[in-house]
Amino acid sequence: MLLIHCPYCDDTLPELEFAYAGEAHIVRPEDPSKLSDEEWRDFLFIRTNVKGVHAERWRHINGCGRFFNALRDTVSDRFLTTYKAGEARPDMTQLEAAE
Amino acid sequence: MNAPVTSFDAVSVTLLPPVARFNLRIDPKDLSAAASAFGLTLPTKIGEGAQNGDRAAYCMGPDEWLLHAAESDQQAIVSAFDKVRATTPHSLVVISDRELTLSIKGPAAAELLSVGCPIDLSRLPIGGAKRTVFDYAQVVLIRDAEEAFRLEVWRSYMPHVQGILEIATREFAAGY
Ligand SMILES: [Zn+2]
Repeated sequence: MLLIHCPYCDDTLPELEFAYAGEAHIVRPEDPSKLSDEEWRDFLFIRTNVKGVHAERWRHINGCGRFFNALRDTVSDRFLTTYKAGEARPDMTQLEAAE
Repeated sequence: MNAPVTSFDAVSVTLLPPVARFNLRIDPKDLSAAASAFGLTLPTKIGEGAQNGDRAAYCMGPDEWLLHAAESDQQAIVSAFDKVRATTPHSLVVISDRELTLSIKGPAAAELLSVGCPIDLSRLPIGGAKRTVFDYAQVVLIRDAEEAFRLEVWRSYMPHVQGILEIATREFAAGY
């Protein structure tokens, strides 16, 4: 089982308490009616699907209830870091230097 | 209501009498208003609890608390919070009947809970509480002492949770 660090609880807890919620940092367009069908399609459905470090949303649904973001390596399934919703995606080079 | 569900020397599982139970959502900067309405200083760190007589408060999330009180005090508490609502926006929901509470006590209490709880129970502090899961059912786990826990379970999940605890207790008693 994966252990995931909730940045609100400041605790590392079993995956069973969490729910995955898709790619992070996808900004809803200010005025959807100004978008072409293709742009709206991209917003709704097109995701990066990276092989490697992926920024993604998780929810501590069976805990504090909060959504937060995580950087997870999709190859190794390893969590590099988690951070509160609204915070910028952490700089990977800084993370690597800290390790 | 108070009869032991199942027990043997090392652990007992008992259904506890009803309590007044509330879910409070409020901005942490307004906590003093909630404290004066409830008559208890609310803990500010997720997982922590505070207790005074039959009043208890457990911090469940950044702006969420679980409150316990005597069943007979329920209406008075609702009224007390109503009075501060005009100046201090918050949500107080009575959830007394949503859950039932099991008491799990004895030297094997933590081991019995580990049958369904994935968290590291040794890290749950005495007096603290945590929302977590018990075999996929969402529960609130409260630790009252080293070997005494309470498990708050939504009514509809209770037969499932109780059934697992009963089977596990029988297995423990048989020496597995
Ligand atoms: Zn959390």
